[in-house]
Amino acid sequence: MNKIPNRQAICEVLMEHAKEDRDVLVLCSDSRGSASMTPFFDNFPAQAIETGIAEQNLVSISAGLAKAGKKPWCASPACFLSTRSYEQAKVDVAYSNTNVKLLGISGGVSYGALGMSHHSAQDFAAMAAIPNMRVYCPSDRNQTKTLTEALLSDSKPAYIRVGRNPVEDVYAEDDVPFEMDRATVVTEGTDILIVACGEMVLPAKQAAEALKDLGISACVLDMYCIKPLDTKTLLEKAQNVKAVITIEEHAPFGGMGASVAQCLLQNAPKKAKLLALPDSPVITGVSKEVFDYYGLNCEGIVKAAQELLS
Amino acid sequence: MSCNLRKTAYELRAYALDLIYGAKTGHIGGDFSEAEVMTALYFSELNVSPENPEDPGRDYFILSKGHSMELYYAALAKRGFLDAEDVMNRYSRFGSPYIGHPNNKLPGIEMNSGSLGHGLPVSVGIAKALQMDEKPNRVYVMMGDGELAEGSVWEGAMAAAHYKLDNLLAIVDRNRLQISGSTEDVMHHDDLAARFSAFGWHVIIVDGNDMDAILEAFGKAKEIKGQPTVIIAETTKGKGVSFMENKAGWHHKVPSAEEYEQAKKELLEKIAELSEEVQA
Repeated sequence: MNKIPNRQAICEVLMEHAKEDRDVLVLCSDSRGSASMTPFFDNFPAQAIETGIAEQNLVSISAGLAKAGKKPWCASPACFLSTRSYEQAKVDVAYSNTNVKLLGISGGVSYGALGMSHHSAQDFAAMAAIPNMRVYCPSDRNQTKTLTEALLSDSKPAYIRVGRNPVEDVYAEDDVPFEMDRATVVTEGTDILIVACGEMVLPAKQAAEALKDLGISACVLDMYCIKPLDTKTLLEKAQNVKAVITIEEHAPFGGMGASVAQCLLQNAPKKAKLLALPDSPVITGVSKEVFDYYGLNCEGIVKAAQELLS
Repeated sequence: MSCNLRKTAYELRAYALDLIYGAKTGHIGGDFSEAEVMTALYFSELNVSPENPEDPGRDYFILSKGHSMELYYAALAKRGFLDAEDVMNRYSRFGSPYIGHPNNKLPGIEMNSGSLGHGLPVSVGIAKALQMDEKPNRVYVMMGDGELAEGSVWEGAMAAAHYKLDNLLAIVDRNRLQISGSTEDVMHHDDLAARFSAFGWHVIIVDGNDMDAILEAFGKAKEIKGQPTVIIAETTKGKGVSFMENKAGWHHKVPSAEEYEQAKKELLEKIAELSEEVQA
């Protein structure tokens, strides 16, 4: 069982870069513990900035730092970062084109029983609607590390959502297939296409194995790049299958599934099922209980595939 | 020098008036209240260069009250960052880069604004970066007084004092009017100095339409160490045109042909008067 959450993987990569590059900064809004950034604050105090519980200020200050040549990573719970400071993300980061990496931690329903105030089921939709804002949601710690490396090498705005809890590896530690802004093909298949992101990639991979036993060949795409969506790979893989399933830890509107549907409808219409959280506060429970309740798991995908292909 | 600058402030007003009258849009009241401070910044205080707008050694200026853009265009054009004629012909026209708020795709403009309450927190970030690198450049941010009702201003004010940003100078264009009327009726700020002081700032209050007082305040601000400084510039909205002064309606009203002629006449008379003083 992997014990390293994706947020910790990001901290490790940032610390490696901070040693060589004093412009790499981390900012937190009284969120260094939740963000797994305490080691960064302890080891690089001159490159760590605390803004207090003030997410608007957190994002604006990051934009100012970037304006003056710094490379700020701004880490705060995804629920607050994506909506409390939405206008700062829109105006000071995206519109002003500052090199700020907005790191939404404990995303989706990670905070479980803390309730809807702490859930970020709208962040993909909100952030993706802003021009010049990229949106990423990596699946496991290994892909998270690779993505962080890639983002450190560019100077454009981005929003990255990671969950709170450690998740099982999808990819081997020393062999992460990755091309920036290209979906990763987890498994090849010819009957049905499953497009997943974040914590839903693992159940999608498990579902492909289960479907294989039922005689159904499923292709699984890890669409960690929600914006820009990799439409090239999507259309290539959707071309010959009979149906498409999307699955994400997000509201049913404006997320990865909606973007996939938008692309397919205009280019290659298919029968489809979009699996997502409901348009309501979710049932109380830890992530797994919530996912299981709404069918955001291996069984839910298998069921949807069978219905689509029947 | 001060007399020359006083004249420049009126020349900027005259240019802004033409911009607004030509495009039939703009925020003339706040343009005119801030004219002396903007002139003092761009023609005396700021270390900026139109030849090298991205010079890492430059001072940074952020117009947080981004709607007062016409006076900012006037300053940037006269200072050589922008082509005065091009701005005049294209301001707010279809496809133009010269929009009604700061556009940082234009040389000399650091950040986009327009949404109020953003300038101070962004300036805190710039000043913090300069402080971390022990650089001598300074950061200047101009806010409106109506804008101070935004909570994000006070998040920024708190952080600036916490980080001891003595390289940051905030200016409040305290013209006491906003779109709906008196700032004191809409959301009062009558204890503004005490508020900034309580947040840990050094406060200087000046007549914000008095060039000598502004220049003196800029000098004093540089001597303050270990805390940020705010200059509360007590100004007159619509300053320089008799029938616009202290009238909330002129927040963004466009003058009629008669009003334009009258306003232009008053501004040109003032420029002529100040020219004589310069020569004397």
